[in-house]
Amino acid sequence: MNTGTPLVEMRDISIAFGGIKAVDHVTIDLYPGEVVGLLGHNGAGKSTLIKCLSGAYNADSGQVLINGNEVEIKNPRDARSQNIETIYQTLALADNLTAAGNLFLGRELVSSRGFLDESAMEAETRKIMGRLNPNFRKFNVPVSALSGGQRQSVAIARAVYFNAKILIMDEPTAALGPHETQMVSELIQELKTQGLGIFLIEHDIHNVMKLCDRASVMKNGQLVGTVNVNEVTDEDILSMIILGKKPAKAA
Amino acid sequence: MTTAPHSRPASNDVKGSLFSRFAAATEIDTRLLGMAGALLLIWFGFHFYGVLVRGEGFFLTPRNLWNLSVQMCSIGVMATGMVLVIVTRNIDLSVGSVLGFVGMVMGLLQVEWLPPYLGLGHPAIWIITVAVGLSLGVLIGALNGVLIAYLAIPSFIVTLGGLMAWRGAAFLMASGRTISPVDSNFALLGGGPYGSVGSTGSWIIGAVACAAIIYGLFASRANRRKHDFPQRPVWAEAFMGAFGCALVLGSVLVVDNYFWPKGIVKKYIEDNHLTVAPEDLFIAQGFAYPVLILVVVAMLMTVLMTRTRFGRYVFAIGGNPEAAALSGINVRWMTVKIYALMGMLAALSAVISSARLTSATNALGQTDELYVIAAAVIGGTSLAGGVGTIYGAVLGALVTESLRTGMVLIGFDTAVQNIVVGLVLIVAVYLDIIYRKRTK
Ligand SMILES: Nc1ncnc2c1ncn2[C@@H]1O[C@H](COP(=O)(O)OP(=O)(O)O)[C@@H](O)[C@H]1O
Ligand SMILES: [Mg+2]
Repeated sequence: MNTGTPLVEMRDISIAFGGIKAVDHVTIDLYPGEVVGLLGHNGAGKSTLIKCLSGAYNADSGQVLINGNEVEIKNPRDARSQNIETIYQTLALADNLTAAGNLFLGRELVSSRGFLDESAMEAETRKIMGRLNPNFRKFNVPVSALSGGQRQSVAIARAVYFNAKILIMDEPTAALGPHETQMVSELIQELKTQGLGIFLIEHDIHNVMKLCDRASVMKNGQLVGTVNVNEVTDEDILSMIILGKKPAKAA
Repeated sequence: MTTAPHSRPASNDVKGSLFSRFAAATEIDTRLLGMAGALLLIWFGFHFYGVLVRGEGFFLTPRNLWNLSVQMCSIGVMATGMVLVIVTRNIDLSVGSVLGFVGMVMGLLQVEWLPPYLGLGHPAIWIITVAVGLSLGVLIGALNGVLIAYLAIPSFIVTLGGLMAWRGAAFLMASGRTISPVDSNFALLGGGPYGSVGSTGSWIIGAVACAAIIYGLFASRANRRKHDFPQRPVWAEAFMGAFGCALVLGSVLVVDNYFWPKGIVKKYIEDNHLTVAPEDLFIAQGFAYPVLILVVVAMLMTVLMTRTRFGRYVFAIGGNPEAAALSGINVRWMTVKIYALMGMLAALSAVISSARLTSATNALGQTDELYVIAAAVIGGTSLAGGVGTIYGAVLGALVTESLRTGMVLIGFDTAVQNIVVGLVLIVAVYLDIIYRKRTK
């Protein structure tokens, strides 16, 4: 179905912590305008795998290719400069900073004299939050004072604001209610039509079937297989997750 | 200041007591008011103790307040740096010993090493000495930072080692001798009759400071209007301006009423071949140089912490080191820079305190680390990280030094002083915990 050069290719990635092979020779790819679901039980290695792409971890072996060119992503800065943005499962927010402080963390807007431009950052934050979460009002308090859903929307805003080409979302709806989850779904679809490639780690199989074009399933650090979502049923995917085997018909 | 370095509560939607409405309208942090209250309590407490017990108040006199202002500078300067260290969840126990070591090197430099080449009293001596001292401080601090950040040795251990090692090194440098007297220009940096700006200078500084306060209020109002942020009520702005200026001019009045001691006046009259009687000549001290150094350091550090990326990263690392790293902040390099800055400030304090003593002794800066940490923590810096302000730390230094001076004046000996300051530290942190729970 996909032709041409993938936006992202992670080839033969392995990483171990102590004796544990958290990711074991995994290869996945992602095309522009595509959503690839990453599935698997807790501890399967999904977060660890995407952290090798976001620069949080350095893989022990394997390659990362962006638009067909091998790149070295040694730290989060490298990933950001490749237009890779990440929403971490832990959200990775500094609790003592405001929404704007977190949104621009590491990429602050500064005035011509090099000082932080708080007003501009707050104004930008109001704009993007107005789009993502119109009810959001808590601009002048530290994010520790926000609800789980509000925090999540700050983390999402941070990933979306900087014109990512590649978006990694690690369980982005974990802390959200049904209404907010619906908004995230719409956002994913909108970003997809803009041509972004999205890795989506998601547990809800219905969301996977609805949002993803392909699904890669992991178990015990290994890749079970990748399937086109419209060629399989949700039971097929569930059995891949549970049994660790690819269904025969979707080869 | 509770947490977000730039939180801006809307001022018009707060109900409650007159006091909380006042605090909200002026946007004065209630914790700052608490500290100011504690300070006044200490000051008036000591003063009236004197009035009652000795028939004479000795605390709220120009002489004592001027001395207090000079005495707090060394601790105050270091406390501003300790805020950054503690905010990033580290500690620096070595500052007192680093102060001692740098002080000793600077003492040797200006008394024994440089004069043979430059001649005694050469005007470049103090400049070279200060430059070498500050650079040495940066290097020592950076070394601490490297050990902590890149070798992952806990900061408590690295700086505990430093506490012992640098004290020992200071002793070895001069084989235990006291090095004195320091260069006469250098000595001015410690204050004293000649190391102060005098009456005219103090009034000029006061006027400039008042102008800056009023300008700042207008500028912030204009900025808020530009961005449609809520304005403070005009009465609150007027109060802030008036209060700030009163504080500034009040301190000018105090330092303008503390005069040169008679002995120095006599010498001054002789040196200048004047014909007045020493009893009739009153020369005001004005602000001492070390006080001006502290004020400038505090302002620069405040700008650094609240207006720059560096400061933002300090808070981010304290709030969530992992998140900071995932945002592309080089946490290790930041740690090195923070400790280097701390080292430089310890060296600056070495300048101030050895200049004040006009000598470098082995005991210079001993136990200072405890007072510096106490000042930062009493000033609201949270040991859990992520929270702290420069002005709080300076106020904290003023509180601990007020306690110390007051107790000396009363005649408490060092043992009792230590007990009291120790208890105050614990109580202050306990009150802070309660305060934070309430405001959550
Ligand atoms: N920093 C780390 N140190 C040690 N073990 C880790 C680390 N990160 C992940 N692991 C281990 O790697 C495995 C995969 O974890 P993870 O990637 O978080 O799984 P998932 O996201 O699929 O739930 C787990 O066994 C986990 O304990
Ligand atoms: Mg995970």
